[in-house]
Amino acid sequence: MTYDVAIIGAGAIGCAVARELSRYDCKTVLIEKENDVAMGTTCANSAIIHAGYDPKPGTLMAKYNAEGNRMAGEICEELDVPFRRCGSFVLAFDENDMKTVRELFENGTANGVPGMEILSGDEVRKMEPHVSEECVGALFAPSAGIINPWGFALAMAEQAVLNGVELRLSFAVSKIEKEGGNFVITGKNGEKIAAKFIVNAAGVYSDDIANLIGDRSFTQNSSKGQYYILDKNQGELFDHVMFQCPGPLGKGILVSPTIHGNLMVGPDANPGSGKDNTATDRKGLDHVIAASRKTTTAVNFRECVRNFAGVRSEPSTHDFIIGFSGADDHFMNVAGIKSPGLSSSPAIAADVVKMLLEAGVPSGKKENFLRGRKPLRFKELSPEEKKAAIAENPAYGHVICRCETITEGEIIDALHGVIVPKTLDGIKRRCGAGMGRCQGGMCGPKVLGIIARELKIPPEEILQNRDGSFILTGKTGKGGDADVL
Amino acid sequence: MYYDLVVIGGGPAGLAAAEEAKKNGAGSVLIIERNEELGGILNQCIHSGFGIHVFGEQLTGPEYAKRFIDRLSGTGIEVKTDTMVIGISPDKTVTAVNSAEGYLEIKAGAIILAMGCRERTRSSIAIPGERPSGIFTAGTAQKYINVEGYMVGKRVLILGSGDIGLIMARRLTLEGAKVLGVVEIMPYSNGLKRNIAQCLEDYGIPLYLSHTVTDIKGENGRLSRVTVSKVNGFEPIPGTEIEFEADTLLLSVGLVPENELSRSAGIEIDSRTNGATVNEEMMTSVPGIFACGNVLHVHDLVDFVTEEAQKAGKAAAEYLRENKDGVSGETIEIRNGANVGYTVPQKIDTGKIGKFAEVFFRVRSVLNNAEISVKAGEEILFSKKREQMLPAEMEKLIIPKKVLDAANGRTITVSAEEAEK
Repeated sequence: MTYDVAIIGAGAIGCAVARELSRYDCKTVLIEKENDVAMGTTCANSAIIHAGYDPKPGTLMAKYNAEGNRMAGEICEELDVPFRRCGSFVLAFDENDMKTVRELFENGTANGVPGMEILSGDEVRKMEPHVSEECVGALFAPSAGIINPWGFALAMAEQAVLNGVELRLSFAVSKIEKEGGNFVITGKNGEKIAAKFIVNAAGVYSDDIANLIGDRSFTQNSSKGQYYILDKNQGELFDHVMFQCPGPLGKGILVSPTIHGNLMVGPDANPGSGKDNTATDRKGLDHVIAASRKTTTAVNFRECVRNFAGVRSEPSTHDFIIGFSGADDHFMNVAGIKSPGLSSSPAIAADVVKMLLEAGVPSGKKENFLRGRKPLRFKELSPEEKKAAIAENPAYGHVICRCETITEGEIIDALHGVIVPKTLDGIKRRCGAGMGRCQGGMCGPKVLGIIARELKIPPEEILQNRDGSFILTGKTGKGGDADVL
Repeated sequence: MYYDLVVIGGGPAGLAAAEEAKKNGAGSVLIIERNEELGGILNQCIHSGFGIHVFGEQLTGPEYAKRFIDRLSGTGIEVKTDTMVIGISPDKTVTAVNSAEGYLEIKAGAIILAMGCRERTRSSIAIPGERPSGIFTAGTAQKYINVEGYMVGKRVLILGSGDIGLIMARRLTLEGAKVLGVVEIMPYSNGLKRNIAQCLEDYGIPLYLSHTVTDIKGENGRLSRVTVSKVNGFEPIPGTEIEFEADTLLLSVGLVPENELSRSAGIEIDSRTNGATVNEEMMTSVPGIFACGNVLHVHDLVDFVTEEAQKAGKAAAEYLRENKDGVSGETIEIRNGANVGYTVPQKIDTGKIGKFAEVFFRVRSVLNNAEISVKAGEEILFSKKREQMLPAEMEKLIIPKKVLDAANGRTITVSAEEAEK
């Protein structure tokens, strides 16, 4: 079978393109090297839907950001993805910063960002009392929001699959050849996929994928960014995303509530740190703490729930790279997706699909574009709804993750969802079990047991996250009671 | 739904508190336990050493728990297992859910908090490096091994010489794993002396004092290498790195009382213990809500948890009987003096104690040939000599009532200092 389109990479971009394509009568396959969707940059970033005042007018980033922001709100509404349009500040600490703030305001105006204001330091502190006395003013943009980024990509991927897109996980592309006018994509294990068009959405690896067809028009560098996620008792400190003025290495250290109620501080920037490097290091983490003090001294870093590092894309072109390759007019790069990539993803996807349809991908619209099921989030229900949920399914009365109040029912729902997770982190990404302050110490063994039971796989085969990340090494001398687990 | 007393948590603290409350005349008593069975963390502590003070013999954790569970029968104390409390309000309404009964709103005359504690994680101490699998808190590993019957690794390094870490070093060795060492950032161990001898020395497991983990690397998703460095204070010293080829890292880096529910009830929390501020009867700042066991402060021995819980149970029964929340004598605040990290209780009502008051505390560093003193201002009211005091071990100070009377309502300070040489 030959697909009309093969999308390589199931991050935010790949998932958004797959969802958009699934509206049409074309055969699409979404290829991902990891064992789940949204495991790269999409999973480890600042989780912000940017307003769109950062990109210089005229860039592709400027073209897609504000429109993507608007569309992201609609998609989150439609697919019930946690998203809050909380607004963002860019804080200024001296006259030089104020100059930057005014430039950003100009950018934003040119880029179509709604509702921006320039505020004085006192006005900022009135809205965010924990902001430093040193702050002299800020840009405020009410349309910026905080989101669950992996939930966003996952929801789009699920809707795509529901509408006929085929998802091939653990398929690492090693070779792309042309046979009889079609692409033949070979995976590391020798499996082959044939397609008429390829969309290269491979994130920081998109230059490697482009190289496979001889397209060497860009290189994809990477810059590691490290973060602190703090306990929910710190999440209450701020209501808005607090940026400092952007510098040559990016948007700088931000302090932001997360959609899950925690506080996020980071990232630092480490240009050239490597595509696979998601290790944290002492120096970088210390820098995050020190740099955040400029914004606020209210954060208690002893309340750390998790540190992580994400790899940002840094394309050689310094802008998104979107369009058919010069090396093959059936191969489309959607590469160089640096910040604001997540925010822009819906608008990029709409444009990419438009270009594909114009290039000859079957453009008949499906009569029924399915929406998919809204996940039940037990802790968000009212008492009456909780009663009804447990009456309907007693598993909603069994709390497994005590830090985040996630029930067995929600875990079972995730395990029988459209894209089935087989790892502890896959469960975490879908329903939040293990995300809390004990980091799965208490619920981990229980979740592992539920995965084993529901998917009928031996406990020893269940992974933490990536392929190879096994948890158990065998049975004890006397033990291994699979009934208990 | 109404109960005179709701006990949240069916571990050693909750069990002893419920029993003692009932014995002292509490009417309807309910224990709510989130796990499928009573006993709490004792159920996974299959080693011996529990009960020396309470029963005069050495029991395993499950045996210790069973004695209390067995004693419930016939008392009329009700138990709901597999039930999670999701909220406590200041007016003493407990909200809980389970599969059998659904969503429960339980009014209580009094509440005893006995939710225990949780383990600090890799993130709480921000250990840098990659994030492969194979990194467990010691208690999670203990659960996999002792309760579920699965091994967590083959070549194991343990960070933290707290008791759980030491016990797990022995347990893993007995199950055939190679324990490469126990790493401790402090210049002394944080575990009981007997555990150092019986869990490390007996098996030739090295203890690296003044060292910590400074980097973590994985291979194909699983932990493969742990870098350990010597520290000066808490600062790693460059050039002192030791590399361990380990597939497993166990963390025994401290316990935190689990007080998110207590906070939701508006209960005042002591930032030093991370538990509620209590008086001599274990009553929190909200009248009729008591706390005991590891949710109040982290204990070294379960026997002391039991004793503290009995105190709370008895006081809850009295509260229900007399509905007394007023102060009957003078309230004396207790402050931490030299080398004292915290005290429990944090205040004492002299009208409510008998001949003496018990004050528990921990010292911040190892003290030899030491003297504990109780002062009001500069005036020394009371003192006591101790040969040695360790941060790992909880200290109990018995203060005679006449000493507290002599304080005359003034704040007292508890200090521990080495005698001048």
